[in-house]
Amino acid sequence: MMINRRSFFIIYVILVLISLTGILLPLDGALAQEISPSGPTDDEVNAIAKQLYCPVCENIPLDVCPTQACTQWRELIREKLTEGWKEDEIKNYFVAQYGDRVLAAPPARGLNWLVYIIPPLAIVGGGYILYRALKAWKQVPPVSEEESQSFAEQDDEYAARIEEELRRR
Amino acid sequence: MSDTPTPPEPENVESPEKSKRKVAIFGRNFSVGALAAWIGLFALLALLAVGMLRNQEGPVTVGETVPDFTLTTFEGEQISLADLKDKVVVLNFWASWCKPCEEEAADLETAWRIYEPGGEVVFLGVDYVDTETEAQIYLEKFDITYPNGPDLRTKISQAFRIRGVPETYIIDKNGKLAAFKISPFLSLAEIQGMIDPLLAVQN
Amino acid sequence: MVANLGYGALVITFLISIYGIGAAYYGARNNKHAWVSSARNAMLLTFPLVSVSALCIIYLLVTNAYQVDYVASVTSNSMPLYLKVTALWGGQPGSLIFWSWLLAAFASAVTLRKWKRDQEFLPWVIIVSLVTLAFFLALSIFFENPFVRLWQTASGGIVTAMLQPSNSIPFIPADGSGLNPLLRHPGMIIHPPMLYLGFVSFVIPYAFAIAALVTGRTDDRWIRITRRWTLVAWLFLSLGLILGGRWAYDVLGWGGYWGWDPVEIAAFMPWLTGTAFLHSVMIQEKRGMLKHWNMILIILTYELVIFGTFLTRSGVLSSVHAFAQSAIGPAFFVFMGLTFVVSLSLLLRRWNDLKAKTQMTSLFSREALFLLNNFLFIGILIVCFWGVIFPLISEIFTGQKVTVGPQFYERATAPLFAGLLLLMGVAPLAAWRYSSMKTLGRAIWKPFIFSLVVVGVVLFSGIRNWAAVLGFWLCAFVAAVTLYEFWRGARARHRRSGESLPVALWHLAGRNRRRYGGYIIHLGVVLMAIGIIGIEVFQTETQGTISQGEQITLGEYTVAFNSLSVFDTADGRNVARAVMAVSKDGQYVGELYPRRDYYYESQQPMTIPGVRSTWEDDFYILLIDWQPISTAGATFKIYHNPLVNWLWLGGFVFILGTLVAAWPDRDPERVKVKTSSAQYAAAKA
Repeated sequence: MMINRRSFFIIYVILVLISLTGILLPLDGALAQEISPSGPTDDEVNAIAKQLYCPVCENIPLDVCPTQACTQWRELIREKLTEGWKEDEIKNYFVAQYGDRVLAAPPARGLNWLVYIIPPLAIVGGGYILYRALKAWKQVPPVSEEESQSFAEQDDEYAARIEEELRRR
Repeated sequence: MSDTPTPPEPENVESPEKSKRKVAIFGRNFSVGALAAWIGLFALLALLAVGMLRNQEGPVTVGETVPDFTLTTFEGEQISLADLKDKVVVLNFWASWCKPCEEEAADLETAWRIYEPGGEVVFLGVDYVDTETEAQIYLEKFDITYPNGPDLRTKISQAFRIRGVPETYIIDKNGKLAAFKISPFLSLAEIQGMIDPLLAVQN
Repeated sequence: MVANLGYGALVITFLISIYGIGAAYYGARNNKHAWVSSARNAMLLTFPLVSVSALCIIYLLVTNAYQVDYVASVTSNSMPLYLKVTALWGGQPGSLIFWSWLLAAFASAVTLRKWKRDQEFLPWVIIVSLVTLAFFLALSIFFENPFVRLWQTASGGIVTAMLQPSNSIPFIPADGSGLNPLLRHPGMIIHPPMLYLGFVSFVIPYAFAIAALVTGRTDDRWIRITRRWTLVAWLFLSLGLILGGRWAYDVLGWGGYWGWDPVEIAAFMPWLTGTAFLHSVMIQEKRGMLKHWNMILIILTYELVIFGTFLTRSGVLSSVHAFAQSAIGPAFFVFMGLTFVVSLSLLLRRWNDLKAKTQMTSLFSREALFLLNNFLFIGILIVCFWGVIFPLISEIFTGQKVTVGPQFYERATAPLFAGLLLLMGVAPLAAWRYSSMKTLGRAIWKPFIFSLVVVGVVLFSGIRNWAAVLGFWLCAFVAAVTLYEFWRGARARHRRSGESLPVALWHLAGRNRRRYGGYIIHLGVVLMAIGIIGIEVFQTETQGTISQGEQITLGEYTVAFNSLSVFDTADGRNVARAVMAVSKDGQYVGELYPRRDYYYESQQPMTIPGVRSTWEDDFYILLIDWQPISTAGATFKIYHNPLVNWLWLGGFVFILGTLVAAWPDRDPERVKVKTSSAQYAAAKA
């Protein structure tokens, strides 16, 4: 049973680690782009606009926001691209002009670190508490291997189990 | 603070020996878990209360000392409200994509040209969430000559808690808000009607 | 007149609710049954009274009574009748009444059940329901009255008031401003009622939980009574969320179904705790454990319902452009604070009574895996809650507003969702109580091999994206396990009773609908996951400006711009409609008509996509812009959304499974007789 508990713990740690990968990976999915000679295409503009939010239409990414202010912003991205600006430069320009909220996620500095740190911390903490609790809970040694053997495999056993569960409803 | 909705998670699975941990407060015994749950709950409520109070706060009120700000104009000049003591400041929020703003643009410029020679009144235009290209076209179209600049990082509009554009705030010579207008001015006379009394007070 | 009647009914219901709360409390505390009966009658009276009020609003809406401010703001002459009726929940004041109406209906229905065995719960269930109802009625009466009328004063100004101000005459606008066009979609017509139904019906299990805490009868009786209510609540909430996704896909014009908008998350959070609750109550029923945790979950669910409503209605999260003008935000805040404090103190008072008698016997037992499932659901909840609340924290402490966009949520929750899928595959095979690595392994290997075969097929088809491969593997694994469970169960019954396999399956599912309904729900989730992987991982898009006759290519699709027409319609819209010819691999497959509707009344544009939908993929065209005079050139945005239809199919299966699980049982006695006679017959044969 000790082995089982350990392997359970390992599965458990793996689950928690998987949960963390998403948060800890950098949020920067930027693609390197070559600007076509005939000026930036709509798709090149949208690739950047997708990552920005304009304060005029809340929670709608800039590439699909229909207001005039957002149309102008997209034109601004086009202008900057034509001038040869890189994606990061454009994003920084927008932040300097309009504040941090234009970015889809808070830049990781100062207090904003909390947004990335708290969920993994909470999940690890919760996982630890759950693990401790399960361990403490499981004080009585479970049925021996032979006993659990008798519980498995046979269809009749399985049916009996279902029937029993039904009865206990 | 993050996991405020789930602080009691520890307790549900608390083992007997753990639940014996107690903290005495005001002569009453609290278990650590219960204490954490209460702290979490009140932290959450406090946070929401503060957020809500900020949200319910209206715009800057008349008579209140106006928050200081620095406007960087399109020409790169820095204008700070602190440097404009003893002057009446007309602070206009606008944007090139804002149709109603166009209704008052010409009147504002005319008013500026009336007051400019006296040197007692300063007009400032704050361009809210706009692109410089479009803003320049707008300024040219209405031949606006008073200083204008972008609302960098939306700091000025946040300080004044504006609801939208256009909005105009008139600040007296003591740095207090004398009057404000939510929505465009309908006439030149309306603008003058707000500024003139402030000049009379001092002279 | 009708407005006064409706308002009067509201005020009377409010007073009756207050009386009912007092009577039930006095009766329960002093053991005076007559008072509790009286409170029960008060409870039953609320439903007809709120109905009068709601019907009054509907009457006013249908008869274009524009003097009533609410009517003028949500309807107009050109709106068809059914939209006028549904305008009841098209604005804040009306939707609050609708909320109260549903709550009164549900609470009355639960009051009508047989209380013989649970007499001590009755007064407290009445109190919790009536307190919630009274709160919503108070909001309507004091802050968001839908019956206020417009009056013209002597000075010519228009004021709103319930009673005619002196020196004023009624002001009746010639036409109303009409329902928000975004809300005119069939999905949006039923989406809010479904969400409200879900929210409201969670009040009932919460009321029983509180009753159990107050009375100290903390066994699993409250869970057994409310089991079906919880499932019904969950059914409506799930349906509301799915319909909301469909509506976003059809109407919002951004090629997606879920944007991690705070409003969406507000409705999603109670669903998360509700789902965790549905799983963990089974542990309490079967094993008598997790009593604390179930209480915490149902309290959280109730508070999240109130919190979600608070977030979306108080404007606490919105920007400078939407100041909360009414006092509804503070009212919600106070109510939430009070109910939270009361619930928590009751829970802590009963903490020791709720200690479990049994223990966890194996870490691979079903109950241990359910606990893990709860852990993951709460993990997702924490991510959602934190993402929603963080902009508020940032603004308070730094003065800077920030956006927490979809990337954050997707990255943080995707692994947790994957973990849930994995558990969905493992847990059904684990037995209650005794289960070890070995027994589990024996049950799992067949579905596991099958899922590896599927992975092989996926890899063979050229898909190399690791997230998609992992996702498809999980889907295959869960589907295999679930179908295997049906098969094992049916075969076992077939062997024992001699019934044919389909009959055996039918009887098996019929006898344990919660179990097999749950498995159908799992299959629905698998189908939805396939759709979500398809659109999230493989969506492609392009945008281009072309003139008539030109083409845009996206993947194997080519779309040609044939023509564009701009015209006015009878119901007050200006429509720009493009005709696009779509071909796939050079083969013409049909025409699509993306359009932009401009509503004159509300001065609002709506982008309606042209969609070609198949089981393989959706081809989705948006008309972004066009040259107004020549109509020769136009800008289109095109999305290719693979597999997205499986999402909607999955949603359908999901709801079907919930219906199976929640369907009322026949009289338990009769079931017993019937099955035993069936067994008898089988044995004889």
